[in-house]
Amino acid sequence: MSLAGHQSPPVFKQGPTPLVRLLVLVSVCLAMLVADLRFRYLEVVRQGLSVATWPLQMAAAAPVDFVRDAAVYFATLVEVQQDNAELRRSQLDAAQRLLRFEQLERDNAQLRELLQMAPAPGVRSVAAEVLYDAPDPFSRKVILDRGSQHGVAAGMAVVNAQGMIGQVTRAYPVQAEVTLLTDKDQAVPVQVARNGLRGVLFGAGLGRMELRFTLSGVDVLPGDRLETSGLDGIFLAGLPVAEVVSVDRESQTFAVVLCDPVAAVERTTQVLVLGRAEAPPSRPQPQPQSPALRRPERKG
Amino acid sequence: MQPTHRSSRILQPAKNWFVFLSLFVALGLAYIPTGRLPGVPDWVPLVLAFWCIREPLRVGMGTAFVFGLLVDIGQGAAMGQHALAYVVLAYLATSIARRVLWFPPLQQALHILPMFFLTQLIMVLVRLVAGAEFPGWWYFLSSFTSAALWIPLHFLLLLPQYRPVDRDDNRPI
Repeated sequence: MSLAGHQSPPVFKQGPTPLVRLLVLVSVCLAMLVADLRFRYLEVVRQGLSVATWPLQMAAAAPVDFVRDAAVYFATLVEVQQDNAELRRSQLDAAQRLLRFEQLERDNAQLRELLQMAPAPGVRSVAAEVLYDAPDPFSRKVILDRGSQHGVAAGMAVVNAQGMIGQVTRAYPVQAEVTLLTDKDQAVPVQVARNGLRGVLFGAGLGRMELRFTLSGVDVLPGDRLETSGLDGIFLAGLPVAEVVSVDRESQTFAVVLCDPVAAVERTTQVLVLGRAEAPPSRPQPQPQSPALRRPERKG
Repeated sequence: MQPTHRSSRILQPAKNWFVFLSLFVALGLAYIPTGRLPGVPDWVPLVLAFWCIREPLRVGMGTAFVFGLLVDIGQGAAMGQHALAYVVLAYLATSIARRVLWFPPLQQALHILPMFFLTQLIMVLVRLVAGAEFPGWWYFLSSFTSAALWIPLHFLLLLPQYRPVDRDDNRPI
C-alpha cells in the first residue's frame, strides 16, 4: 500500500469498489449460467434450494388453488350431467376396446410363449396432476404434484388419455418439472404409423412441432400419424404423439414437416407418468451340466 | 433522509427486519403461478430497486444476487438468469440513488423504468444466447406495470418510517 499516488488514504474501510463487486458477481452469474445450461452441473444446488423455498412456493400457490377449486365447486349440474352421459358413451366404447385388447394380449402371450421369449418388461406408472405452468416464459414446462418420493424420475415419459404430452426433466422430492413436447429443446424419436419411417420430432414454437431432418423425397403426407419409435430406450414404443399438418418440399434437401400434437399438450390436468421399460434381464450364465437348456446367444 | 426535497419531514430509520420482510413478501408474490399472463409485475426487482435507492448501504448487489437465485429456482428458469439481471439493476439503482431521491415519485418511476427494461432485456438476451425461443413483445409489458407500481409502493414501504418518535395519544397515527 504505497502512497506514491495522488490519492489520499481511505479514512473508512469500504471494501472493494462497487464496480469491482459488480464485475465479480456478474462473472459468478455467467459461470452459473454456463454450468447450468450447458453442463447441468447445478442440479444438486437447485434441489437443495428448492426444498428451502418450497413452503413459500406452496403459500404462493394457495390462492390460485383456491380460485380453481372454487370454480370447480360451482360448476353447474348440467355440465356434470353432460359429462356423465359422455363418460357412459366413452365407457361403452372403451369396454369394447378393452375386450379386444384382452384378446390381443392373450394371443400375444401365446405367441411369445411359442417363441420362448421373456415376458414383456412391466411398466410402472404414476398418476399425477398438473399443478401449474412454470412461470419461465422462455420455455414450455409444467409442474406436477408427484415427485421422486412417489417414484417419478427425470427422463420418464408423461402421457394423458390421448397421447404423449412431454417428458420429466427435473424431479424434486414432492414435485416434478415436465418439459412439454412443444418446447423448443424437447426431442422425441418417432415413426410414421403408416409406413414406419423414422424421424426426430422437435418443438417449433406456437404449440407446433417439426419433424426435422426429413429428406424432401420421402413419403410423408399431411394427416399421417406419428408415434414414438422407442429407439432411444426411454419412451415406450407406439405412443401416439402427433399428426402431420403440412409438408413443404420447396427446399433442395430437407422437407419442412409441421405437426400438431395429438394430445392437448398445453391444456391438460390429469396425466400419467410412465416409468422406463425395465432393463432387459441379464443373459443366463452358461451351465455346463445341462447344455440342452442353454439358450442360443444373440450376436451383436 | 427526507422523502423529497420539498418535504421538511425527517423520517425514522428503516428497520432491518422490515426491509427483508418486504423482500420476502415480494419473493412470495413472484412465486404465484400466473402462467403466461402478460404484464404481471416483477415484484422482486421492484422492491430491490426501492431499497437500493433508499438504503444503499444495507441492500445492494449481494442481496440482489441471493434473491435472483431464489427467483431462478422458484420459476424453473436457468440458474443465474435473474441473479445476473438483478445484480446489474442493483448496481445501477445504487449508483443513481443520490440523484433520484430529489425527484417526486412520478419522476422517480421514470428513472426506474429504463432500468427494469434493461433487466428484462438482459434476461431475454441470456436465454436467446442459450437457444430459447423469443417470448414475444408482450414480455416487456411487465417493466411498465412494475414502474407504474413504484408510486403506490413508494408510500407503502415508507409507512413505517413515517411514525413519530414519541407516541401521542391525541394523534391518530
